[in-house]
Amino acid sequence: MNAPASPIPEGNLPAVEAELKAVRIRNRIGPSEVHVRAVIKNLNFFYGSKQALQNVNLQIVDRGVTAFIGPSGCGKSTLLRCFNRMHDFYPGNRYDGEILLYPDRTNVLSPETNPVAMRLRTGMVFQKPNPFPKSIFENVAYGLRLRGIKDKDYLHNRVEQTLRDAALWDEVADRLHRKATELSGGQQQRLCFARALANDPEILLLDEPTSALDPIATARIEEMVLQLKEKITILMVTHNMEQAARVSDVTAFMYLGELIEAAPTEEIFERPKKDLTEKYLTGRFG
Amino acid sequence: MSNEAKPVILPEKKTPVPRLGLTAKQLIPRLQLADNLFNLIGLLSTSIGILTMVILLGALLWNGAPYLTWNFLISFPSTTPENAGIIVGLVGSLCVMLVTVVTAVPLGVAAAIYLEEYANKNWLTTIIELNISNLAGVPSIVYGLMAASLIVYQLGIGETIATGGITLGLLVLPVIIVATREALRTVPRSIREAAFAMGATKWQVIHKHLLPYSAGGIATGVIIAMSRAIGETAPLVVVGVVGFLLKLPASPVSSQFPFVNFKWLTVRYSVLPYQMFDWVQEPDDVYQHKAAAAGLVLIAMTLALNASAMYIRYRVRKNIHW
Repeated sequence: MNAPASPIPEGNLPAVEAELKAVRIRNRIGPSEVHVRAVIKNLNFFYGSKQALQNVNLQIVDRGVTAFIGPSGCGKSTLLRCFNRMHDFYPGNRYDGEILLYPDRTNVLSPETNPVAMRLRTGMVFQKPNPFPKSIFENVAYGLRLRGIKDKDYLHNRVEQTLRDAALWDEVADRLHRKATELSGGQQQRLCFARALANDPEILLLDEPTSALDPIATARIEEMVLQLKEKITILMVTHNMEQAARVSDVTAFMYLGELIEAAPTEEIFERPKKDLTEKYLTGRFG
Repeated sequence: MSNEAKPVILPEKKTPVPRLGLTAKQLIPRLQLADNLFNLIGLLSTSIGILTMVILLGALLWNGAPYLTWNFLISFPSTTPENAGIIVGLVGSLCVMLVTVVTAVPLGVAAAIYLEEYANKNWLTTIIELNISNLAGVPSIVYGLMAASLIVYQLGIGETIATGGITLGLLVLPVIIVATREALRTVPRSIREAAFAMGATKWQVIHKHLLPYSAGGIATGVIIAMSRAIGETAPLVVVGVVGFLLKLPASPVSSQFPFVNFKWLTVRYSVLPYQMFDWVQEPDDVYQHKAAAAGLVLIAMTLALNASAMYIRYRVRKNIHW
């Protein structure tokens, strides 16, 4: 799907990549070759004069799920929205630092980088399902049409393929031209996944994608994420620690705008290095 | 005054009891009364409004309906009251409205999009926004004076249909801007973000999402602006509308190349409300009845415009759910 990212050392970063590799070799699960897809370097973010992210440094591993956990207001969504520059639309927001996308090491946050070009490389699924009030087909084909693709056969094949990836095809195959807003909440959210996936994004950003859904719909989405991560790099914000434990390879714990600890999920849940992490994971605050 | 010592009797000390409100039994009838009273006041206020309208319409119908014939609609004004008709005013009103729509809608919608989506929020745009709302309240005659000096004399366009249409267009521009901005604001932030996250540019978001989803609201605003413009008389008086005109503007389509012509824009014109005003000033009784009949036509046009606005709003609301 995507060209493999090359591991390039980035100085004083937590060696998430090496740790994950060790865990995978030990458990014999998943590809033992771990690459880096993106690197967050010295990232600070300000809403006006309020600093929401404090010097965040992290490696994002390729073809895996990196989960961001932490109490409300810890900056996890803010961090996620830096990846596709969603903060640009509101006045007073300011970035400082770098998010480098591999392999080309483009700095997402650089003023010279065109935000639209960056958004074309990423896909995003939001907290609340937000399909466009258009047909199911048009929702999925949206990103392709933005890219100027008009070939009907190609569009149709791609829409079908993506809806299959999003585990929605069987439910909507006979009503592709009905309004997307007629679907149930869980179906709408899977449609939003399909809409993002149709563009073949390098990174998929999930901002609490199951918080508005019931347990069954949530389980289906988690299952889908587990399948998708073989092909794509996924960043997921979640307030649900069990969810992070179930689907992620790397978990990053954030608190008050700081990245407290990031490690392979197995490590962080079983042997948290920081006291604060342990307290949060055991439910002593949050 | 006796000097005998009397035992001092202290008043019995009472513990202060918190003042009780009314019991439910006392309270409910009072509330009911207040409720009923307000109900009555509301009913009276409403019926005064409705009654006025009914009387107005009734009087118009009484006076005008017998004169509302096909001949009346297609006849030119005349010095013989029995022969006078409204064709010139009717065609004039329609032509002026056409110019109004063509000038005000693109300008108004574009200005609204700019203010809502592109403009940075600073003191300058705040002042502009405030002034646009204020412009909607400027007396229409002022627009007429402005148009007379600017369009008629400075630009030399003269007292023509184009001038009338542009004048009314400027008059309703603020209405369209305000309505369009309201309509754009109804598109939820989540939908904008979804589109932007897919890699859409601002313009793509505007023309693929914001405009289609708010089209109903914009159309409603435009139609309401039109129904205001169609009844305007004062500003047109200043820019040279005429009450007695025996010539229709040239047809905008012709059988010869290039099939359209714009001569109709450059002729003098009359409009329905001014035609009414002209007749009302005549002493002859028949003219008064004809004025009422013209009023009925005008009211019918306004009602039709408002009804179509309601219909469009209903259709769009039915089709879009977030």
